[in-house]
Amino acid sequence: MSQDSSENLKTTPLFDIHKELGGKLVPFAGWNMPIQFAGVVAEHTCVREKVGLFDVSHMGEIEIEGKDAKRFLQYLLSNDIEKMSDDAILYSLMCYKNGGVVDDLLVHRFSEDHYFLCVNASNSDKDYEWVARHSASYDVKTKNTSADTAQLALQGPESERVLQSLCDVSLNDLSYYNFKKGKVDDVEGIISRTGYTGEDGFELYLPPEKVADVCRSLMRQGEPFGIQPIGLGARDTLRLEMGYALYGNEIDDQPTPLEAGLGWVIKFNKGEFIGREPLLQQKEQGLRRKLVGIKLLTRGVPRSHYRVLKEGEPVGEITSGTFSPSLNTGVGLCYVSKEYSGVGTRLEVEIRNQSVSAEVVRPPFVPSHVKK
Amino acid sequence: MEIPNDLLYTIEHEWVRLKDNRATIGISDFAQSQLGDVVFVELPAEGTELTKENTFGVVESVKTVSDVYVPVTGKVVAINKDLESQPDLVNSDPYGKGWMIEIEVSDSSPGEGLLKAEQYAEQCKNQE
Repeated sequence: MSQDSSENLKTTPLFDIHKELGGKLVPFAGWNMPIQFAGVVAEHTCVREKVGLFDVSHMGEIEIEGKDAKRFLQYLLSNDIEKMSDDAILYSLMCYKNGGVVDDLLVHRFSEDHYFLCVNASNSDKDYEWVARHSASYDVKTKNTSADTAQLALQGPESERVLQSLCDVSLNDLSYYNFKKGKVDDVEGIISRTGYTGEDGFELYLPPEKVADVCRSLMRQGEPFGIQPIGLGARDTLRLEMGYALYGNEIDDQPTPLEAGLGWVIKFNKGEFIGREPLLQQKEQGLRRKLVGIKLLTRGVPRSHYRVLKEGEPVGEITSGTFSPSLNTGVGLCYVSKEYSGVGTRLEVEIRNQSVSAEVVRPPFVPSHVKK
Repeated sequence: MEIPNDLLYTIEHEWVRLKDNRATIGISDFAQSQLGDVVFVELPAEGTELTKENTFGVVESVKTVSDVYVPVTGKVVAINKDLESQPDLVNSDPYGKGWMIEIEVSDSSPGEGLLKAEQYAEQCKNQE
């Protein structure tokens, strides 16, 4: 993928299509990416009700292959990959020694000795460096395949119908968090039933030189279903309505994954892994804080770093906040001490020096419709 | 990008329609498109005295929040109450139904320092 020398931003192979479709391009994690097309609310609603197509080619991919691949990943990642079958996908954290998070990622298993990781765009170089450094004492080869991999996300209740018309894999048989190698519009790639929206949908890993053709075909096939191109703005409102963590907001290099509610992907019983000791200690001592959902009870939009108060006293800070197009109200995520984390607890969000009343809710803010 | 010729503009992207001693104020087409979907607009109460170049309200969109500045000095005589239930009028009709406030102007030369349409168009071009 090419480098735009003028601003030193990378562009995906769909740059020209984004412009054709009226995308508003902005710098994001070193990439020139569309933040919106028709508008965040329209795009958001389109994904919830119909189907939308996202360019997520900025995401990073790392391949791990070799005799020790499984043993290496068991040490590198917090989740337990032991029982993964071929073509399965697992969400996991990759932690530092202090229990802070290097990145959150998806592990895809081709076979017992061959996997690939899909990682955040903003972290992909750092991640690869981390993976490669720790692989030294294992019989594995690691490869940063980010530049050779484009990625589309097709999300929304109509996505199966749209994709099936172009795809040689039987999608009805492809369950959530599974993938298949197959052809989309005669292009070889990987079709996975995953996403970041809370709707049914697919993520497609494709060769960069072919992805523009596939994108055009999907837009054409999707037309009768009301497909729209979706930008990063709606990607964020969609993920936030589901309460999904975003690296850099809810999780970062600080040891907070348990407080973030990600204990379900931290498997202490699987044996040694990087970050295990401090996290286990935290768990045994009991968590002091918890990431909760915050829903405003009156008008207003919470945004990152806004202070959260209890009867005027600061008790936390919004990590991600937005206007929820589905609920027509302001929502956010926030770490608060345990005593304020109960559902229904009344808090306030400080918005431009005014306290706006809010209550603690348990995410997701809207029901998930992923295919189980 | 629509920039009507009969209006005056500020560098902060407000527009003003001056008629006799009244000024109707809103934000430009360029501004609404930069903000994206407007989800609410906070406006001053009728009767509020405003001084040129101070903020008179806040426009909150899904993506961001932005202050709006008053381009003339005077007293608020009307606010657009429709924006309470339909803030998206700012997006769909920024120069019409998306107007924000009307001011009884107390400036003697209220147009002073404001941009004409062609100057404002130039300004927007540099920001795109």
